Amino acid sequence: MTGDWLIFAALALIAVISAVMMITSRNTVYSALFLVLDFTAIAVFYLLLQAPFIAMVQITVYAGAIMVLFLFVIMLLGVEQAATSPGLPLQAPVAIVLAFALVILLGYGLLQQGDGQGGLAAVLAEGFGSPIAIGDLLFESYLIPFEATSVLLLVAIIGAIFLTARARRQAG
Amino acid sequence: MNVPLGAVIGLSAVLFTLGVVGVLVRRNAIVIFMSIELMLNAANLAFIGFARSLQDLSGQIFVFFVIAVAAAEVAVGLALIVAIYRTRLSIDVDEVASLHG
Repeated sequence: MTGDWLIFAALALIAVISAVMMITSRNTVYSALFLVLDFTAIAVFYLLLQAPFIAMVQITVYAGAIMVLFLFVIMLLGVEQAATSPGLPLQAPVAIVLAFALVILLGYGLLQQGDGQGGLAAVLAEGFGSPIAIGDLLFESYLIPFEATSVLLLVAIIGAIFLTARARRQAG
Repeated sequence: MNVPLGAVIGLSAVLFTLGVVGVLVRRNAIVIFMSIELMLNAANLAFIGFARSLQDLSGQIFVFFVIAVAAAEVAVGLALIVAIYRTRLSIDVDEVASLHG
């Protein structure tokens, strides 16, 4: 039990600190790299919570593909050190006060939904969260949402090409 | 890992709030976009925690769909940022105020 708490605390600390560093870094590339660290810490949480397939998807899609896309755009535009306007007066203090209110309400609201004190040690079915179990459920109960996702991805590809190609025509 | 579900949900709430703070405080469009990704991940963590606690795989299926939608969202969102940068040479969200009333 103590060991579990140690692992949880260490991972939670990594996730929270890298999130804070992501927000506060002046260099956008550092922000992106801290976000990769954060996604990796969350992937380890998925592994510990019996979701090995989702953990691997998180690493390949989020920490891999999506963050490479972010870094590519940052370097394509050359905005590593982009200066931004100072923003409204008192923007940061007010945001932090509101964030404290939000985290208390969020935690309270989410914990109302279930038995927050219950441990996670219950015995699980064999292969819970394995690719086989996920695939069974995905292609039996969730086949139509799965097909809809493929259409969504196609539309996103067309949209991304359309947006960038139009910008090139206007510039040229 | 045997910790109460409340600990996982609490961490998810903290990460979500950090994402909200990033959106509220920063004016760099790319950092704001990354903060939105952080919020999506916090919600996914809550889904996985509840799936583990209720022993129901549907939560993990939902996370799978959220990740797929996030990939589509990032492709379109970054294309928008590139298009805005090409016309205005800035990714400061305060500069993009043509629709200002």
